[in-house]
Amino acid sequence: MAIAVRDLSLTFETADGPVHALDRIDLEIARGDFVSLIGPSGCGKTTLLRLIADLEQPTSGAITVDGASPREARIARAYGYVFQAAALFPWRTIEKNVALPLEIMGLDRRERAERVRRNLELVDLAGFARKYPWQLSGGMQQRASIARALAVEPDLLLMDEPFGALDEIVRDHLNEQLLHLWAKTEKTVVFVTHSIPEAVFLSTRIVVMSPRPGRIHDIIESDLPRRRGLDLRETPEFLAIAHRVREGLRAGHSYED
Amino acid sequence: MATVLLCIVAVWYVAAFWLNTPFQLDTYARGKVGDWSYAGLLADTMSQERPVLPAPHQVAVELYDTVIDKNVTSKRSLVYHAWITLSSTLLGFAIGTLLGIVLAVLIVHDRSLDAAAMPWIVTSQTIPILAIAPMIIVVLNAVGVTGLLPKAFISTYLSFFPVAVGMVKGLRTPEIIHLDLMRTYDASAWQTFWKLRWPASLPFLFTAMKIAVAIALVGAIVGELPTGAVAGLGARLLAGSYYGQTIQIWSALVMASVLAACLVGLVGLAHTLVLRRMGRTP
Repeated sequence: MAIAVRDLSLTFETADGPVHALDRIDLEIARGDFVSLIGPSGCGKTTLLRLIADLEQPTSGAITVDGASPREARIARAYGYVFQAAALFPWRTIEKNVALPLEIMGLDRRERAERVRRNLELVDLAGFARKYPWQLSGGMQQRASIARALAVEPDLLLMDEPFGALDEIVRDHLNEQLLHLWAKTEKTVVFVTHSIPEAVFLSTRIVVMSPRPGRIHDIIESDLPRRRGLDLRETPEFLAIAHRVREGLRAGHSYED
Repeated sequence: MATVLLCIVAVWYVAAFWLNTPFQLDTYARGKVGDWSYAGLLADTMSQERPVLPAPHQVAVELYDTVIDKNVTSKRSLVYHAWITLSSTLLGFAIGTLLGIVLAVLIVHDRSLDAAAMPWIVTSQTIPILAIAPMIIVVLNAVGVTGLLPKAFISTYLSFFPVAVGMVKGLRTPEIIHLDLMRTYDASAWQTFWKLRWPASLPFLFTAMKIAVAIALVGAIVGELPTGAVAGLGARLLAGSYYGQTIQIWSALVMASVLAACLVGLVGLAHTLVLRRMGRTP
């Protein structure tokens, strides 16, 4: 799954005049990459993700997802989208929530049950299939929503600050799990975050964005090994990349306003 | 609960004494009874044949007579009349709920209809039902619709409103994030409706239905007034007021309120059961 973004701009017309959410973005994402989009709020990182997902339409420019338009990719269910909140349906049990996209795709009961079982195991929630969302912690709910995205069996995962609302300990744990998952499934991941350690720890490439108008400030290739443990974060190599990301964020951020 | 009930009964007795005294004193004066006692007056105000306000025990006796003693198929049985009213209430409520849901679905899925229909729906409820009920009955009778349906239509007319308004709100409760999620799955409008909007709106539906079923009963009773009042609780009320049978009126009123309480209770029970099945407590 390769994503190509060419000269992409999106301007929102608001009552206070036009807002340039994204301005002439160019980006290539290779198959199997783990790309993080990082930047302060208002830099358009979530908007870029939503454009790839065909949840927004660009003012100009183009995106291709494996050669197809975002709309075609969405209709082909080529990606799984994980939102900031778990967005589970409160009236469905965890297994029914994971089965939701499969019902919509029209899979038969056996196939659904099989995929639900497999993906709940993958996120360590096998024992919670019959529970309702409110009976789970925030971290478990977010894992369930990842299982729901994976159940579609997409080659591409789009994740919009999925761990932003969780505490640091849970976040570390889920970051590790996500890396395992990525290594196991070899999916392409586009990951939006505003946490520097999270971006450096997870990514093969880090896209640093700046706000007003939303632009790409820097793209950092990470030469960290693909197999990573949490103690990697104490190494000089890790800190060097984190430093470069921080510098990029500082340079791109205008403090005049 | 019991305390409140006792208070109501006590106030009722005091009011009955107070309201029935003038007539009793008149009667004494006309009968030239000079030596009445207060104890006698008290007893007499509680046992008039056509009191201004019947005492609770008079209503209780009348209820016992017409509910327990009479055969339920008899025209003198209050159960018979309650059933007549109940059946048109339920029919009207069912049609009204359905109509309300259909209207809400159309309004939620069509912005122009929202602007066009909503003012009319609100306006429909500003017309006094007492004014429009006889016309509906007469017009429907003229075109050959008789029996349960005309009365049921009055119930429908009242009960569709809370359901429509409640369901418009309910069907719009899904958050953007849930709608976006359905979009990422390329779910059809139909799938988004059944899997998201409909279940999300159910708490609103049941709350609206509680109001709707109570006013459906009011509608059925009002619908019985202009038909010449053959049968039903409305007929009992009307006949009672023709002949000054206040005890009959009050027992019909008590019956109507018991019926309303039961109907609201049943909808509430259904609400609880459905929400429990959906993993929630109301």
